[in-house]
Amino acid sequence: MSILGYNGGAMVAMKGDKCVSIAADKRFGIQAQTITCDFKKVFDMGPRLYVGLPGLATDVQTVMEKLRFRKNLYELKENRTMTPEVFGAMLSSMLYEKRFGPFFVEPVIAGLHPTTHEPFICNMDLIGCINQPDDFVVGGTASAQLYGMCEALWEPNLGPEDLFETTAQALINAFDRDAISGWGATVYIIEKDKVTVRDIKTRMD
Amino acid sequence: MASERYSFSLTTFSPSGKLVQIEYALAAVAAGAPSVGIKASNGVVIATENKHKSILYDEHSVHKVEMVTQHIGMIYSGMGPDYRLLVKQARKMAQQYFLVYREPIPTVQLVQRVAAVMQEYTQSGGVRPFGVSLLICGWDNDRPYLFQCDPSGAYFAWKATAMGKNYINGKTFLEKRYSKDLELDDAVHTAILTLKESFEGQMTADNIEVGICDSTGFRRLEPSHVKDYLANIP
Repeated sequence: MSILGYNGGAMVAMKGDKCVSIAADKRFGIQAQTITCDFKKVFDMGPRLYVGLPGLATDVQTVMEKLRFRKNLYELKENRTMTPEVFGAMLSSMLYEKRFGPFFVEPVIAGLHPTTHEPFICNMDLIGCINQPDDFVVGGTASAQLYGMCEALWEPNLGPEDLFETTAQALINAFDRDAISGWGATVYIIEKDKVTVRDIKTRMD
Repeated sequence: MASERYSFSLTTFSPSGKLVQIEYALAAVAAGAPSVGIKASNGVVIATENKHKSILYDEHSVHKVEMVTQHIGMIYSGMGPDYRLLVKQARKMAQQYFLVYREPIPTVQLVQRVAAVMQEYTQSGGVRPFGVSLLICGWDNDRPYLFQCDPSGAYFAWKATAMGKNYINGKTFLEKRYSKDLELDDAVHTAILTLKESFEGQMTADNIEVGICDSTGFRRLEPSHVKDYLANIP
């Protein structure tokens, strides 16, 4: 099996009306053996900017640290907050720099523009090819199941509460059909003036 | 390498705390062709003298006004060859920025990076400081920018300034003429007048160069266009 699926994991981000969501499971395993159920895969890169990194756990943490480093340096140098678009472009170029020895992560980005609060979601493959649709993006070992669930559940202009329900249901029902992701999940709802983080109960088998 | 053993930095402090190499570089700039830059409410103009020693020179083939990106341009006073190296570096840095962030480089960022290159040449071994001062103009964040970059690596943000030969007279002239709600057309006029202050001989559309930058981007004015502005000057 590919090294991308070595630790397992599922991730999804959705666009709503003036809000975005990003959610991930909490499992960290080594192939079929589960090690912990509190593994963090979604990271805040600013007050309204989140990045999820499904893939090889060691690279998840390295890429997160590199991203935080480059983002902090940018914000100090340029004295302005990084927009989600710029963050995505930076991550994409960072990944493509390692085209022939890549980091094994398939990032998902969700955020609101710092000034206009325009919702933004995108994902990319492990060498940084950006995909930026206007409904939802998925990543991880349950991505095929997630595509199915999202296609069925997502509808345009969902408010924050409905977006939470849609995201959570899509994620739970997708990773229940995947042996190496699940074991708890976290959903982030990002709005103009607040971010709601909810840990949700799921099947633990 | 044996040659590296003797590659000391030539820019060393004098006992009085001055870096004379940099002062010599500034002297080279002050002896160079005059150039001016003026920020208007809706854009920014840069202009310079481009006089030739012989009538045999083919004008309009080598330029002093250069575009760095769509929205940034620059001119210089001082040594031409040094300028071209900086233009090349500036263009490269602008494209590198775009490649990473998919967003045009802010003028301030480009100026900082060009200034960092110039500073490096004051502290490295086996090199000399640049014999140029740059005027970098740009448009971003819906407003104009005008910067001067010196051989020391120092940079300044101006509303209007003059460099090169007779720059003190040029600055005094601008202090009298400048107002902050100047329109771009008036700014071009004022820039040409400032050059004319110290111009020796007849000023024509063939011996000055003008570049302007506004919300549509940076462009070098065609000689025919410059001629129109000259027609309005007594």
